[in-house]
Amino acid sequence: MSETLGNGHRSSAQSAGPDDFVQIIDVAKRFGDVMAVRQVNLNVRRNELFALLGSSGCGKSTLLRMLAGFETVTSGRIVLDGEDLTDVPPYRRPVNMMFQSYALFPHMTVEANVAFGLKQEGTPRNEIRDRVHAALEQVQMTQFARRKPGQLSGGQQQRVALARSLVKRPKLLLLDEPMSALDKQIRQRTQIELVRIIEEVGVTCIMVTHDQEEAMTMADRIAVMSDGLIQQCGTPQEVYEHPATRFVAGFIGSTNFFQGRIVDEAPDRVMLDVAELPHAMVVSHGVGESLGMEVTASVRPEKIVVTLNKPARLDNWTRGEVVHVAYLGSHLVYQVRLESGKVVEASMPSYSLLDEHKAELHDEVYVGWSADAVTLLRE
Amino acid sequence: MARLHSRLSARQRVLAILPPYVWLVLISLVPFLLVVKISFSEMEFGIPPYTPLAEFEEGVLRLTLSLRGYMMLLSDSLYVATYLNSLKMAAITTVCCILIGYPLAYCIARSNPRTRNFLLFAVVLPFWTSLLLRVYAWMGILRNDGLLNNVLMALGIIDSPLEIYRTDLAVYIGLVYAYLPFFILPLYAHLVKLDERLLEAAYDLGARPWRAFLSVTLPLSRNGVIAGAMLVFIPTVGEYVIPELLGGANTLMIGRIMWTEFFNNTDWPMAAAVTCVMVLLLLVPLALFQYSGVRELEERR
Repeated sequence: MSETLGNGHRSSAQSAGPDDFVQIIDVAKRFGDVMAVRQVNLNVRRNELFALLGSSGCGKSTLLRMLAGFETVTSGRIVLDGEDLTDVPPYRRPVNMMFQSYALFPHMTVEANVAFGLKQEGTPRNEIRDRVHAALEQVQMTQFARRKPGQLSGGQQQRVALARSLVKRPKLLLLDEPMSALDKQIRQRTQIELVRIIEEVGVTCIMVTHDQEEAMTMADRIAVMSDGLIQQCGTPQEVYEHPATRFVAGFIGSTNFFQGRIVDEAPDRVMLDVAELPHAMVVSHGVGESLGMEVTASVRPEKIVVTLNKPARLDNWTRGEVVHVAYLGSHLVYQVRLESGKVVEASMPSYSLLDEHKAELHDEVYVGWSADAVTLLRE
Repeated sequence: MARLHSRLSARQRVLAILPPYVWLVLISLVPFLLVVKISFSEMEFGIPPYTPLAEFEEGVLRLTLSLRGYMMLLSDSLYVATYLNSLKMAAITTVCCILIGYPLAYCIARSNPRTRNFLLFAVVLPFWTSLLLRVYAWMGILRNDGLLNNVLMALGIIDSPLEIYRTDLAVYIGLVYAYLPFFILPLYAHLVKLDERLLEAAYDLGARPWRAFLSVTLPLSRNGVIAGAMLVFIPTVGEYVIPELLGGANTLMIGRIMWTEFFNNTDWPMAAAVTCVMVLLLLVPLALFQYSGVRELEERR
């Protein structure tokens, strides 16, 4: 099926530039009647840690499995370092994967698991021993070399799986939900450790995760996927601060959406008429929209200020009643019901508030945000 | 397993284990001990047709252990040859079951769930009719004027009928046919549990499909193969019906000897001795099987 494009993709073996080390070109995958991946175009840079982020069923795992070669592409092609991999079987790809639940061979020792890939290549025995030892050293698992995977903890198994997928020095490392089998407490430490090892080895890496925090902690760039399509691709900051679509804004972190119509336009700001707010909303960026256009405004909870007194210097403010307060240690999360009935979420750092200024449950409060806190989204 | 252990108190554990134990002792161990007892007695005309082991007469307890049966087993080379032939036939049957059954079990385990249930049903289906009927059917197929020869001759592949019926080949066909499901089912149970990601991991690390099979699937299904092989090997050694109905006069199998001693010669002690030696022979592979099972459990811990 991958031949259908037929634009001579075998001949294009030119060396890849730094920005297109991995090229995913018009890749689609159909399972029966379902398009798991619709049409994906992505370039991943050399030595980049790239995350595919999305909820289950968005096509991210299918895309990863196509990169590994476990699924054939329905159309499109996959190029790695100038070499077309589209029709190459998994056992001939210079790509290794760390599986979701590690898929360590239960009947082999840690050592034999790591050595397995090198044995398939016919590497000389001495070299296998040295490289296995080096790989286990890198993940600090040398003292467990003779154990079986069943005798290791989840974190130790993950290290072995990482060593096994790095020992062949792949051009591309794939991580499938690397943290999902770990307890929450050790996840964050492991994330940082994993990034350290990957950077030390200097390997290009594509990971799949449903956990936006994990993607933001680990990845240089993130592609948010939904419904078989890439919704947005960028650095964690770009994706969070400037979400391209309503889906991305809602998926990465939480946010408040307001539906509105542009009623006034100035060079540096637009005014938005929102049914749920008593005053027009002032928005300082989002230039390019035209008068009368229907748009969605997104305001992050941490950019909304909840005060007992009327705020002095905020562009946008309105009144409401606190209907719920959650104390989360570093910050407080307020649910405030506006006079229109809409509930707005606001989060404030808990240290910055003096007790007498802290709004309590059922207090009448002012909620406010500045003009540059708003991101305008097309649907 | 460990969690189950800790949840049950010692008394509950005894209660759970006791019924099957009592059952096994009553149904298996007691009859076997009776057979052992008979094997050490003398043949006699009467009911029962053997002498008692212990007699109490005028304050004297007389224990008589006759070794006649065992001596005859050792001295008559026919018995030794029959044992060896039974083991050989059981071994060949087991190997054939492995060669035919492994690919079948593998394909069933790898097929999609709906086809899988249908295929499993097809494996179990023969059990719905009695073994005797099915062996008679094979007689009808294999006879010189049977279905197989008629079809082959009608197609012009052969000119004269193949002599299969009443040969060892017919016995092998019958044995493999009858015992194949006993090999497929336990192996299937192992293969279907096998995590497909392990195979993907092997491909990912550069193993071609055949290498991945040899280094991942095969070792991980080893215990299924052993379990299935035991279920074929052990009953095949003592099989009576199939060699009797399909085999020739010179198909030597221990089951037929037992039958002859028991019914034709009414020599119960001899038949019992033949049985006891057969059980001893079978204890060796059983012990090996047990050993491999225990070792696997220990490895998991």
